[in-house]
Amino acid sequence: MHAPDGFIDASVSAAAGAVAAAAVAVSLRGARREQGGTSRSGTAGSGGELTAPLAGLVAAFIFAVQMLNFPVGAGTSGHLLGGALAAILVGPYTGVLCVSVVLLMQAVLFADGGLTALGVNITTMAITTAVVAYPVFRGLVKVLPRTRRSVTAASFVAALLSVPASAVVFTLLYAVGGTTDVSIGKVATAMVGVHLVIGLGEAVITALTVGAVVAVRPDLVYGARGLRQKLRLRVDGELVDAPDTTEPEPVGARSRKGIWIGGLVTSLVLAGFVSFYASADPDGLERVATDHGIDEKAREHANADSPLADYGVEDVDDARLSGGLAGVIGVGVTVVAGTGVFWVVRRRGTDRKADAAAPGDTTPGNAPPGDAARSDASPSDTSDTGV
Amino acid sequence: MSTASLEVSGLAFAYPDGHQALFGVDFSVARGERVALLGPNGAGKTTLVLHLNGILTGGTGTVTVAGLPVGKQHMAEIRRRVGIVFQDPDDQLFMPTVREDVAFGPAAAGLRGPELEERVDRALGRVGMAEFKDRPPHHLSFGQRRRVAVATVLAMEPEILVLDEPSSNLDPASRRELADILRSLDVTLLMVTHDLPYALELCPRSLVLSDGVIAADGGTADLLADDALMRAHRLELPYGFDPRSVPAAPGRS
Amino acid sequence: MGAGHAHRLYRHGHSPVHALPPHTKLAAVLALVVVVVSTPREAMWAFAVYAGLLALVAYAARVPAVFLLERLLIEVPFVAFAVLLPFVAEGERVGVLGLSLSVNGLWGAWNVLAKGTLGVAASVLLASTTELRELLLGLQRLRLPPLLVQIASFMVRYGDVVTDEMRRMRIARESRGFEARGVRHWGVLAKSAGALFIRSYERGERVHLAMVSRGYSGSMPVIDEVTASRTQWSYALALPCAAFVVCLLGWTL
Repeated sequence: MHAPDGFIDASVSAAAGAVAAAAVAVSLRGARREQGGTSRSGTAGSGGELTAPLAGLVAAFIFAVQMLNFPVGAGTSGHLLGGALAAILVGPYTGVLCVSVVLLMQAVLFADGGLTALGVNITTMAITTAVVAYPVFRGLVKVLPRTRRSVTAASFVAALLSVPASAVVFTLLYAVGGTTDVSIGKVATAMVGVHLVIGLGEAVITALTVGAVVAVRPDLVYGARGLRQKLRLRVDGELVDAPDTTEPEPVGARSRKGIWIGGLVTSLVLAGFVSFYASADPDGLERVATDHGIDEKAREHANADSPLADYGVEDVDDARLSGGLAGVIGVGVTVVAGTGVFWVVRRRGTDRKADAAAPGDTTPGNAPPGDAARSDASPSDTSDTGV
Repeated sequence: MSTASLEVSGLAFAYPDGHQALFGVDFSVARGERVALLGPNGAGKTTLVLHLNGILTGGTGTVTVAGLPVGKQHMAEIRRRVGIVFQDPDDQLFMPTVREDVAFGPAAAGLRGPELEERVDRALGRVGMAEFKDRPPHHLSFGQRRRVAVATVLAMEPEILVLDEPSSNLDPASRRELADILRSLDVTLLMVTHDLPYALELCPRSLVLSDGVIAADGGTADLLADDALMRAHRLELPYGFDPRSVPAAPGRS
Repeated sequence: MGAGHAHRLYRHGHSPVHALPPHTKLAAVLALVVVVVSTPREAMWAFAVYAGLLALVAYAARVPAVFLLERLLIEVPFVAFAVLLPFVAEGERVGVLGLSLSVNGLWGAWNVLAKGTLGVAASVLLASTTELRELLLGLQRLRLPPLLVQIASFMVRYGDVVTDEMRRMRIARESRGFEARGVRHWGVLAKSAGALFIRSYERGERVHLAMVSRGYSGSMPVIDEVTASRTQWSYALALPCAAFVVCLLGWTL
């Protein structure tokens, strides 16, 4: 899911970066509002000051929970993406901040996700998930009866829609700034099953997790916060009502049911319509590959001294050997692919020199193949990569 | 005697989830005193501690620190005067290195440069952790982390030091080292614990908090010797420990 | 090797690359990957030069090749993706060893692999020569919003603590004979995730309490600030500048 450098071209990456920066700026303000006065005391937090430690811990939680494996069967397992979960549990703004920070740190510390693709990754995984999941969740909670089951059901639908929505945005970005001409229709057919499973899996896990939290600490689920009871004093072993000095905080405006329902219907229609096309996202493929790897990741956790640290290496028991091997394979494939492209293009270039067609020229701005053929660097030089 | 370091009266509080923890707490601690606040698990000890520097408010009753009522208007001053050492040092040590963590409080109060460094060194020196200054808290043993936690609070030069279960999870040697450190400090001390021998060792006076009210207040040795009282409030001495056979903690005032 | 403070990607050392101030390195890596991504994919020699430049940096930083290769593992899912591209992409096709491959797809695969690999290699070099603490200071110095830096610091400080809690929960589950094998076990795992969230959230609240107890009111006191001289900047920026020249040549040749 973490797009690397070069997946989306520079200008679209920059645009996505600007979108991400703006959304994070809005979230920074929004998160202060969300966390103001929500500490257990209800009075100590004057806003803002609670945001940093809380969002930091929730970010650490998201980071950790992404390593929790949910076995699908046949040796495959999936894990939570967490965008919808974060938005539901701590609010959309704080959720965006948490997931964005997780993505930032994964890129800087573990080289997971390209630095130039950070804007793309934040836009798809942090912003889109929150923007879709939270209104759907809130809308359903408003419309459905006020029970625990409704909260669980609302989380399910919200998370279910968030994954395809995220994929849609990624597909759009790819359509505009993708570096390869992949047929949307062809990929859609290939990916539709994969994506349904991912969204479904995310939905089940999110709903179960939110359900588990609601069962124990309903006050911690943002937007589904509890009620206050009256204070009492124990006087000579008897309980008597204490004079009430606190004014209960308004949980939120209740009179906008119409707006909520309208918004909900719009989002549902939009998400449903859009998710039809969602599966065109080449992402799903990578996810399948990732999940296979991640299944093995868990096995190593027990003996790694720091789980944060072992993030980079895991996958196989003898991490050192197999890691080096896989790195070599990765580079090897890169070199082979490079050589292959070079070889194929040059052959075609010489074959067709006469009609001066540009066989590789399917995207604008491509140099004619002759250029590549003219380059005097032998393709095997790419084996320097990373040495 | 001058104004009491700490005065609590009529304190009641319930959490937003509806659980009421305090049901009217009254007591006072004189300047320079070392007092233990005893109580079983779930008696409301930690809740009470969080009222002492105004982190929890919104219930009824008042808390006064050295004559200053705990409330919104003096919050910064109150938090400088009341130093709380929390139970889990991982919660307390939130900065990347020991030095930055100890510097956090004084720096938040506006201290900078050599003055700040000096304050950090002194606080770390008092708990014998000076050589661990540039280590991340993550790498310290539990006992060392607890000592650094005490230093983070000492660096603020508080009027009263409040410790929440200071002996929990410590091995016997760390436990004794911490006792030596606490005895050497010249501050008012309120120690919240259910470790009764530790209370007896350090605090001449004790309070018993049970079901959200103060159930007893007196000399630590006397309270511990009162079997009926101890049993009534689920306070139990370790096997083979007889409070009458141990010399009581020397008072200071 | 230490955890937390010195994360696994970090390799302790005293090379000139290690010595550079963190924000110059961050800026240099970011500029480099921007340049790499902007390079036309047909200029294959340019990518070879970039790889050579990174190899020089790795040599200067005394990061062994094996180490660097190991870290490139993170890219493997994209290798799988890239391998498929020539089969699914549109456009003209060529027959290679009896397979029909898309020319555009081959270019796409090359593009993703080359740029992705260089990006990962650059990030790995950054992470392996810069301490965690330094990285955070660098981000702070590069004027990332302070709240974001604070969140990142807390995530880094408590990432290990939270993952460790998760690990302990798993051990507790397995000790009681539970092993997640299929979808029907998701309920139990999700309960663990829920419990983990509650623990994390409550720890966040406790950390917040410990912070306000020491005078925190929304902004972190600045205790350390990193600075860079003009020389250090020019050393750090030499890499992206060289790459930029290559990139320009790649466009014009």
